[in-house]
Amino acid sequence: MNTTEAKNMDEAQVIAAEHAHHAEINTFGFWIYLMSDLVIFSVLFATFAVLGKNYAGGPGPTELFHLPYLFIETMFLLLSSVTFGFSMVAMNEHKKKAVIIGLIITGLLGLGFIGMELYEFRELIMAGHGPDKSGFLSSFFTLVATHGTHVTFGLLWLVVMIIQVIRQGFSYGVRSRLVRLSLFWHFLDIVWVGVFTFIYLMGMV
Amino acid sequence: MFGKLKFTDIPTDPLILSVVIGMIVGAVAIIAALTYFKKWGYLWKEWLTSVDHKKIGIMYIIFAVVMLLRGFADGIMMRTQQAMALGANQGYMDAHHFDQIFSAHGTIMIIFVAMPFMFGLMNLVIPQQIGARDVAFPLLNSISLWFTIAGGGLMMISLAIGEFSNTGWTGLAPLFEKEFNPGVGVDYWMWAFQIAGIGSTLGGVNFFTTIIKMRAPGMKLMKMPLFTWTSLTANVLIIISFPVITAALFLLTMDRYLGMHIFTNELGGNMMLWNNLFWMWGHPEVYIVVLPAFGVFSEVVATFSRKRIFGYKSLVYATAVIMILSFIVWLHHFFTMANNPNVNIFFGITTMMIAIPTGVKVYDWLFTMYRGRIVFTTPMYWTLGFLVLFVLGGMTGVLMAIPPADFMVHNSLFLIAHFHNVLIPGALFGYLAGFNYWFPKAFGFRLNERWGKLSFWGWAVGFFLAFMPLYVAGFMGMPRRMAHYNNPEWQPYLIVATVGTLIIGFGIFAMLVQLFLSVKNRKKNRDLTGDAWGYGRTLEWHTASPAADYNFAIIPHVKEIDDFARMKADGTAFKQPEKYYPIVMPKNKPYGPIIGALAIAFGFAMVWYIWWLAVASLLAIIATVIFIGFDNDNEYVIPAGEVKRIEDERFEIMSVASDQNIINEKEEK
Repeated sequence: MNTTEAKNMDEAQVIAAEHAHHAEINTFGFWIYLMSDLVIFSVLFATFAVLGKNYAGGPGPTELFHLPYLFIETMFLLLSSVTFGFSMVAMNEHKKKAVIIGLIITGLLGLGFIGMELYEFRELIMAGHGPDKSGFLSSFFTLVATHGTHVTFGLLWLVVMIIQVIRQGFSYGVRSRLVRLSLFWHFLDIVWVGVFTFIYLMGMV
Repeated sequence: MFGKLKFTDIPTDPLILSVVIGMIVGAVAIIAALTYFKKWGYLWKEWLTSVDHKKIGIMYIIFAVVMLLRGFADGIMMRTQQAMALGANQGYMDAHHFDQIFSAHGTIMIIFVAMPFMFGLMNLVIPQQIGARDVAFPLLNSISLWFTIAGGGLMMISLAIGEFSNTGWTGLAPLFEKEFNPGVGVDYWMWAFQIAGIGSTLGGVNFFTTIIKMRAPGMKLMKMPLFTWTSLTANVLIIISFPVITAALFLLTMDRYLGMHIFTNELGGNMMLWNNLFWMWGHPEVYIVVLPAFGVFSEVVATFSRKRIFGYKSLVYATAVIMILSFIVWLHHFFTMANNPNVNIFFGITTMMIAIPTGVKVYDWLFTMYRGRIVFTTPMYWTLGFLVLFVLGGMTGVLMAIPPADFMVHNSLFLIAHFHNVLIPGALFGYLAGFNYWFPKAFGFRLNERWGKLSFWGWAVGFFLAFMPLYVAGFMGMPRRMAHYNNPEWQPYLIVATVGTLIIGFGIFAMLVQLFLSVKNRKKNRDLTGDAWGYGRTLEWHTASPAADYNFAIIPHVKEIDDFARMKADGTAFKQPEKYYPIVMPKNKPYGPIIGALAIAFGFAMVWYIWWLAVASLLAIIATVIFIGFDNDNEYVIPAGEVKRIEDERFEIMSVASDQNIINEKEEK
């Protein structure tokens, strides 16, 4: 082995060690970011807890929400978490095609969820129950739409990741980002369980 | 095309106009100088796009000092107005202008002075103190800086185009709603605050991760330097509390832009919700800016007493207790606003409890000095001044924690005196101590001691004269935020307070002179060893001053608290290692300034309803973030040979220094 080779070996090892360390740091840092995001959701939940009964003479949850419709919407999101899980399993087995198919199905399910949510919003606003009508509707729209915006950004990220998997395969950066996107996606799923329970189910009782 | 913006929105008030013209002349002069000396490329490549935590720290602090000058100008205007505006005399500005001044003063001092100064010191010191080569996310660090600067830029623009909020730095529901405040003032406040706040949250995530994950081997949590400890707790507070203000400002945005009813007093809105959300962030925020300053005092007092800090563990636990208690005291900001008595009692007691861990700290610092061989340097002056003044402010705080007492002084000048009495000595003195203490680490030469001490005396005496009279006027019943008053008994106190402010002005002037003289005589005060004061105890004094890009050629193995003092005692501190290894470092990237510029454009567009620009700049930010995801060229390797060359040079300089007997190696026990 000549000296240049030895030098390159050294550098390759240093870079590999750095990447391994950073993969762990990235995931940890993203967890912390998610916890701070969770605080934003907590504030919106708290706002709904304070304002959620202020109908200002307008309709309340029982008149506005339809549980069967919401059940289907919820199923879209929960199933998308399952398919994302399959994608991650496939990633660990280095099955590129399976990962891409899993991500595409996840994206379609997420799109279905967002479509149903937007349709629900449209119906409410068309019927004259927009977010400017009462404290209840303001806090409802803000919380649900904030979650929806997160899912939309998740979908955008998903598209970017599909492109990256196709172009770069499972490089160090792509793997790390996929892990974080999956954390983000499951996180939004859990928040939605809270939204569904707290706003819809408890509101309908 | 330009939304609501019209030519007539540029203020014609001669006072504002002259300031604006001054700002423009200054900006043109800087641009001309940069062009003349051909420094644009250097500035862009070496500074603005830098992801090096040391340079980002310096930029944070420069920004904070510039904003301090603006915030101080607002302060002096308020004091002079109140010294004059009695009875028939209306002073020199109307109430609307006065309202904007006090709103801008508070917003600037907290968001654009205290926060960036704190992040600046963390950037400068923490990676070196924990034996790391950089922060966990160097690019994110640059983006955080530029978000903060973007918010500050929006603040400055509000001076020249349109107006600023008239509802105080804390906002005031429902006065800040569209119905009562249709102008752009509240929007400027909201967006400047929001954009800077996002930068702070990202910074908090970054430093929390850095401290948890990047410490040198052997540095257990209970072996961390105290500045790192207090910063860690401050970052926990940032991560948990800044999202609250982000959400609260977002809810206000919904009210003002989409006509929602969150904080309105009609159709089911709730005004008290704003007070609760604001102070759920606002109270932890006080500790966010104070705790790192406590860390600075702990470092300074140990270094210049030339012994280990007294009661390290008790200081750590006291810090942690303050961190937790800071979340359960927010209601004391509105004892008077229709809570039931039991709620007030709960929050009154938790508030008083904070005095206990804080008292522990004060005793720890005192006992550290006890039988120490104290060196009276400028950082030590700030620390001693802090101890005296802060205890006073803390006691008035305990007084106001008693709800019935608070009913007497709520929203009076007594309160103004109290929180300036904790924040100026508690936070600002700490940052200035840190500025003097770590300046040689950042630039390689010490600051002028004589003018540093004069600056301290200006601040300390000026502070005393400016705020003690406000306690009295507050007791006499003078409410805060008055543009004009009719009680002649208050005036003498307000005149003394104005004199005090002018003396603080001398303190600031002395600080600028200190900087100028130190740069001029930098050859004389050079720090050749890296251990600038000779008594350094923690790892940041182990690196060169200024440190190499990679801080540590070889990551140290930490054995105990104050590990650098241990190395000096062992005689291993200045031994050159036999072999060097290649080092991976992050590459400079232009994304920080790009996102910052887009954030200003977005904020400005939202303030003036220029919808096309708002959409375009938001899409451009998203596109930039996606582009970052595709940019894989973000690190480079410094070969072992290059590391050796840099380190050889350093040890060469050090051997010269040790011949001159600068290293006080033997003195440490």
